[in-house]
Amino acid sequence: MFPAAFDYEAPSTLTEALSILKQRGDDAKVMAGGQSLIPLLKLRFAQPQLIVDIARIPGLADIKRDDGHVRIGALARHVDIERSRELAKLLPLMVEAVHWIADPLVRNRGTLVGSVCHADPSGDWGSIMLALNAELVAQSNKGERVIPIDGFFQGPFTTTLRPDEIVTAIRIPVPSGSAGGSYHKLERRVGDFATVAVSVQVELDGRKVKKAGIGLTSVGATNLKAKQAEQALIGHELNDQVIAEAAKLAADAAEPKDDIRGSAAYKKDVVRVFVQRGLKAALARAQEVRA
Amino acid sequence: MRVNGVERSADVEPRVLLVDFLRSNLLLTGTHVGCDTTSCGACTVRMDGDPVKSCTVLAVQAEGREIKTVEGLANGAALAPIQVGFHEEHGLQCGFCTPGMMMVTSALLERNPNPTDDDIRWAISGNICRCTGYMNIVKAVKYAAQMQSEAAKAPEHAAVAGGGE
Repeated sequence: MFPAAFDYEAPSTLTEALSILKQRGDDAKVMAGGQSLIPLLKLRFAQPQLIVDIARIPGLADIKRDDGHVRIGALARHVDIERSRELAKLLPLMVEAVHWIADPLVRNRGTLVGSVCHADPSGDWGSIMLALNAELVAQSNKGERVIPIDGFFQGPFTTTLRPDEIVTAIRIPVPSGSAGGSYHKLERRVGDFATVAVSVQVELDGRKVKKAGIGLTSVGATNLKAKQAEQALIGHELNDQVIAEAAKLAADAAEPKDDIRGSAAYKKDVVRVFVQRGLKAALARAQEVRA
Repeated sequence: MRVNGVERSADVEPRVLLVDFLRSNLLLTGTHVGCDTTSCGACTVRMDGDPVKSCTVLAVQAEGREIKTVEGLANGAALAPIQVGFHEEHGLQCGFCTPGMMMVTSALLERNPNPTDDDIRWAISGNICRCTGYMNIVKAVKYAAQMQSEAAKAPEHAAVAGGGE
């Protein structure tokens, strides 16, 4: 399969990339690893006139601590996250979840930021970022703006990013105190999109939940943040009753459709079960961190 | 780009995929096109050392990079350990997935010279064998690992066993 013809620019600086987008942003797609974009080009679901390949811009591949956050650059690949000691220590949820993303070969090329900007409702990173309350750093010729992940996804493959902007990094708050997370994914085979997946992160204050994040994959027009379920956890101990109530609220928030991977009712129930399992796993990890 | 250690260049349209560039422009047909949808791994080559699916890389993205294909494994007539492993353990039936399997596992053995069965199965989880000969593929990789570690212990044989790695 061949993509339709397109112009190709591989700028060597961010300034150059931003000025290209200022002129032709409406007709352009930004590419990092291309692991989501190239399949779309080949199927001709996407036919941009211009590809701006940012892979040759230096300084965008770092994973580093930055003022209470971990900052993950636009060119940091899934495999870089997999091997990051910093993330294994600070946000083990991400390092665990990365094994569920595509396959090892795709992980050698694809990036976190590219995946989030691609905004596939079946994407794994989007719901993990929702659970972790990440924010995106977007640059344009006019300067920088920080976009909270909550509200970033507008619909399938649609975000609030403007055509003249490039997301240069994602910033994730470093949890304080005892914290833990988990990612549960149901897939038909390695590398498949999720039938359903659920991302959970909790931070404890003593025995009570101080912060909670729950993100849902493949059960709506975008990755979803189960806000009512999150709220139901705040200030409570994670006992069976509280967990069951949050799991029910998360299942209520899911808007799955019947498809080849399962019925809507089945998927809602998987959300419920995964939130329960996820919260129990997250609690166990948070308690390990405290011990 | 450097392909199997040799500088190669051509003018191509930006939409040309790396796998088509290798096969059609450079006539390196050892790299196979299987599914053409980023699923099967038959087109796996190594790009700056990392195994990648060359049906999902544009040739222009590989500009200036180091590419290694299955043709680059053997050193003249001396097969690389991974090739010997596939031969000795019957790691192939139809052979269609084999170039991809060998490229991905040659990378695994560089990072992890003594992989467990689990490590091997994880490493090849992006590569599909249509004959479902996975048992023998795992054995082939273990054979190659053993061969490499013996070669490392006895440096005088390394020249024979070293292959293109």
